Amino acid sequence: MSWAGPEDIFLSTSLASYLDKKLLVLLRDGVKLLGVLRSFDQFANVVLEGACERVIVGDLYCDIPLGLYVIRGENVVLIGELDLEREELPAHMICVSVAEIRRVSAMFKTNLDKFTVLHTSRGIIISSYVMFLDASAFVAV
Amino acid sequence: MLFFSYFKELVGKEVTVELKNDLAIRGILRSVDQYLNIKLENIRVVDQDKYPHMLSVRNCFIRGSVVRYVQLPPDGVDIDILHDATRREARGP
Repeated sequence: MSWAGPEDIFLSTSLASYLDKKLLVLLRDGVKLLGVLRSFDQFANVVLEGACERVIVGDLYCDIPLGLYVIRGENVVLIGELDLEREELPAHMICVSVAEIRRVSAMFKTNLDKFTVLHTSRGIIISSYVMFLDASAFVAV
Repeated sequence: MLFFSYFKELVGKEVTVELKNDLAIRGILRSVDQYLNIKLENIRVVDQDKYPHMLSVRNCFIRGSVVRYVQLPPDGVDIDILHDATRREARGP
């Protein structure tokens, strides 16, 4: 990442144009973090203020607040600038509490393991990304 | 340096970047650097329904290390110039 002068901010690949903006950071492990960019370096190490993790399971989502975060650049996949005029998520998605999303996420993971084990034992390898579970199965009655 | 120079020629063209996590993003190449980090503008995610969190992202920075493919417009390449540059590079300093 090059260090840009003030004139170069709009043209170069430096993250300087994203400073003090609310961003979405995707990590290699699939974690989605949102927060305001306060600092960065040539390795794409990043400091996010007011960070929260957006956990999405099916149609349910929750923002878990994390505070001030330093992210090591090797884990960064993508840094996206959020357009404040557009909806961050599709309208059909339901916001739930932290406890609920943890519960649903644990259920999703145990089902995913069973699914993967079942299929690998039968000689079929299923990528975990292919699995879509009906979110209504997880809504508490 | 060859591919860095090559991508600099493609700034302003529409490309599709496929990442190692299988996410594919189409957008206009805004800039590239020595690590082949990429900045895209006016992006659209291929298979948007699978990635609802990307809905309001217009511009993004992609770390070079996570790119699997960069799909180019067919007319975005002058093959002869690319061949010459490759031969020059291969000849060494």
